[in-house]
Amino acid sequence: MSFLLSILTFLPVVGAIIVLLAPSDGLKKGLAFSATIATFVVSLLLLPGWQEIPDMQFVERYAWMPDLDIYYYLGVDGISLWLVLLTTLLMPIAVAFSNQHIKESVGSYLALMLLMETAMLGVFLALDLVLFYVFWEFSLVPMALLIGKWGSQNRIYAAVKFFLYTLAGSALMLVAILALYFHAGTFDLLALQSAGLPPGVQQLAFLAFALAFAIKTPLFPFHTWLPAAHVQAPTAGSVVLAGVLLKMGTYGFLRFALPLFPVATSNYASLISVLAIVGILYGALVALAQRDLKSLVAYSSVAHMGFVILGIFALNEQGISGAVLQMVNHGLSTGALFLLVGMLYERRHTRLLSEYGGLWASVPIFSFFFLVVAMSSAGLPGLNGFVGEFTILLGTYASNPLFAVLGVTGIILAAWYLLHAFRQVAQGALENPANFKENLPDLNWAEIGQLAPIVLLFFAIGLAPNFFLSKINPSVAALEVVQSKAPAVVWQIEP
Amino acid sequence: MDTSLLFDNAIVLLPEIVLAVGVMVLMMVDIGLMAEPENRTQRRKDAKAPREQNSAALLSGLTVVILLLSVGAALFIWSRPPAEYLGGAVSDGFALSARLIVLLAGIFGVLLSRNYLPAIERQSGAYYSLLILAVIGMMLMGTATNLIVLFIALEIFSLALYILSGFYRESARSIEAAMKYFLLGAFASAFFVYGSALLYGAGGSANYVRIHETLSSGGGNPSLVLPGIALLLVGFGFKVSLVPFHMWTPDVYQGAPTPVTAFMSVGTKAAAFAGFFRVMMTALPSLYDQWAVLLAVLAALTMTVGNLTALRQSSVKRMLAYSSVAHAGNILIALVAGTAAASSAALFYLFAYAFMNIGAFAVIVALERTGEGDVAQSRFDGIAERFPALAAAMAVFMLSLSGMPPLAGFFGKFLVFKAGVEAGWSWLVVIGVLNSAISAYYYLRVVVAMYFSDAESEPARNTGAGLNFSVTVAAVAVIVIGLQPGLWTGLLRGLGI
Repeated sequence: MSFLLSILTFLPVVGAIIVLLAPSDGLKKGLAFSATIATFVVSLLLLPGWQEIPDMQFVERYAWMPDLDIYYYLGVDGISLWLVLLTTLLMPIAVAFSNQHIKESVGSYLALMLLMETAMLGVFLALDLVLFYVFWEFSLVPMALLIGKWGSQNRIYAAVKFFLYTLAGSALMLVAILALYFHAGTFDLLALQSAGLPPGVQQLAFLAFALAFAIKTPLFPFHTWLPAAHVQAPTAGSVVLAGVLLKMGTYGFLRFALPLFPVATSNYASLISVLAIVGILYGALVALAQRDLKSLVAYSSVAHMGFVILGIFALNEQGISGAVLQMVNHGLSTGALFLLVGMLYERRHTRLLSEYGGLWASVPIFSFFFLVVAMSSAGLPGLNGFVGEFTILLGTYASNPLFAVLGVTGIILAAWYLLHAFRQVAQGALENPANFKENLPDLNWAEIGQLAPIVLLFFAIGLAPNFFLSKINPSVAALEVVQSKAPAVVWQIEP
Repeated sequence: MDTSLLFDNAIVLLPEIVLAVGVMVLMMVDIGLMAEPENRTQRRKDAKAPREQNSAALLSGLTVVILLLSVGAALFIWSRPPAEYLGGAVSDGFALSARLIVLLAGIFGVLLSRNYLPAIERQSGAYYSLLILAVIGMMLMGTATNLIVLFIALEIFSLALYILSGFYRESARSIEAAMKYFLLGAFASAFFVYGSALLYGAGGSANYVRIHETLSSGGGNPSLVLPGIALLLVGFGFKVSLVPFHMWTPDVYQGAPTPVTAFMSVGTKAAAFAGFFRVMMTALPSLYDQWAVLLAVLAALTMTVGNLTALRQSSVKRMLAYSSVAHAGNILIALVAGTAAASSAALFYLFAYAFMNIGAFAVIVALERTGEGDVAQSRFDGIAERFPALAAAMAVFMLSLSGMPPLAGFFGKFLVFKAGVEAGWSWLVVIGVLNSAISAYYYLRVVVAMYFSDAESEPARNTGAGLNFSVTVAAVAVIVIGLQPGLWTGLLRGLGI
């Protein structure tokens, strides 16, 4: 048995403790960055030994509460692999960004970021329902504190709303977990999958789990906490929130709702798909109407996460594989968008679109990155977003052509609001003196260093999707809901 | 009666005997100190330290020693097979765990009381004697296997607590609390004794097992049993603060000196629940179908009313009082479930509750100004800046009380809810988790005030070795139990009744 996953999960906690003990702010920043880089390096060790099989790999299992059949049980498969790597990649970037801009209580801030990383990795790796629930709930605390302490004007309201909304959503999940134990006698996810729960139990338990995941994702109409939290959160908080935290919801659907409740999943698939489409269109239209750049990106998340849900509930291999890949894509592109918004905000202290215009002339490097990221988010072929969205739409078309048609409308709207934002910011005449070259410095090397890895991955995923999909597919194909469908044609892009 | 019987198995009561002897020693030492001539204590360099200061330090130290001796006695009889004493008391794992929780509350109570009130300093002999007496009564509650012993235990600790809660004589609120507690408590005791009498009439004995034998074999007078249970419920409901018998709780919690509140909030709850569990599950299991539904309704009502009312409190002591009402509802779910696993889950819950609740009150003691007796929510504003460790500890207690993993409070709730679902009370557990979510709001409000609000002009903080020690130990315990709950469930396994 290897300890790789435990080291991966708890390395950030060790980092957090060291950061809190470190004497100076400069040292704290350096240590926190090193801790996230070390975690990233450890997570890369998953790749060399990776086998393209459906099973859990690098499994660790120890008795945690032996009297109650509760285990410390970690494992990673094709569904979680890229989410783990996404987390470990975005954290050093978020910490690097914070190191430049956070001035208040640096130690606590960085320690909370590191605790956040442990919580998120734990969610993606836990295979025991109780352990999962512990990480899931715990992830609320550092994020709420980050928003509430280091956010902008309305931060306390946003933090409390975020905390209570998601906490209330997952309360019933705890009852469902207990009910599953009552019926199957185990909290072990893999054992529960083969337990074959009675349909009546599946229906209720699915609803309880789905509520928690729908709020986290967020699925329309449970999204109201998200714009508040995003707009108020500090930039690095938004990056983590949009980049990783939202994926916990969609990951939850994939890891728990689909395998444990196949019957209920099939029953509710249409309803949830409709909600996803409403979310796609609603999020896109609201994004279009935003005057604040950060709100625009926040609402675009609602739309994009709707796409992921649509793919999952197509309940076939393309749809789900595309959804897994799109989770990563959205994490990268929205993370980058929030970083760009943050970089601009730190210079100008405003996020209103009307304050900008013609930035291409004054800050060309920034504008270039903004363009690439917007294109990735809009799904331009050759970049990552296209692969994910196209695969999802193929899957959706196979299960319900009407949903696919409506989904495509969302892509058009996404291109519209993103280009609208780009035009407002970078194009047109450079009129506002605050935006002149001498007043507005372009991106420095540190900032380019934060964006470059993300942009490189846009191209990597866009041009060589097979490298990523081939690791995702076996685990997706093994899902019971997928196997019960007629085998679909596997679609892959060859570079 | 053959007098040799009197000493058979008397070891069952060893922890209480240690305390009873201790109280007498304490009182004699107190008298000795009072008689001591002035000049002998004048050797102390600090001229400002009055004579009471020194004797108070001595007496509180002695009290801690006595309580620790009793802990030792409890652990000693734990290593021996369970035994019963004269059909009135038993030394099984359940009784011993309940005793340890009470002793824990007692030790914390003493540590928090140092330097808290001039009145306590002046009359520390009386104060600590009463505290030990209360501990004796509380310990007997879970130990008793006989309605008469149970009633005596109830009266011992209740009377001691009435006096303790009025110990802050300069405060009208403290006097009011004591008076209210006494009047309502006496009333509840009357109900309790009535119920016991009816059960005695129905079962033909005061011993739980005999009552059970009579009732389950179809004997006994059914028209006496159900009224008996109902009256007994009123008595217990008062002591553990179930809605609608909870009205005294906020006033007494707020008015009593804070160390007393800390001690009694945990001690009374553990003791009364231990007695409650034992009566219901050993004397009346044959009527489970009748009382379980009644208790389920009370539990739902208690959780909901407690949490909703706590939302609207501005005094932190009152907030914690309503929170303790809500927690009583949670623990009651375990009794409704009525299984052995459920009662050991309740023990886990009470252990967790002891640390997190006493910890929270200890933080209040730290922030109270001399003679104030209460702390408004606004006192917590921005204290994270000035006292980061204290604020972090309070955050741990608040999050644990709200049931946030991985802290002790979460696993308490988890185990109780699990027992509830397994016994088929899913609807009650659903109400429980929804209430948990509601409760997060008012606990979180304290955390928000500490970390996000601007500091009050001059936040003060009381220090003291006992106080700091209590806060630290409680916080560490809450975290350690949360990270390694398996150790504790292992210890408590099979201790249910």
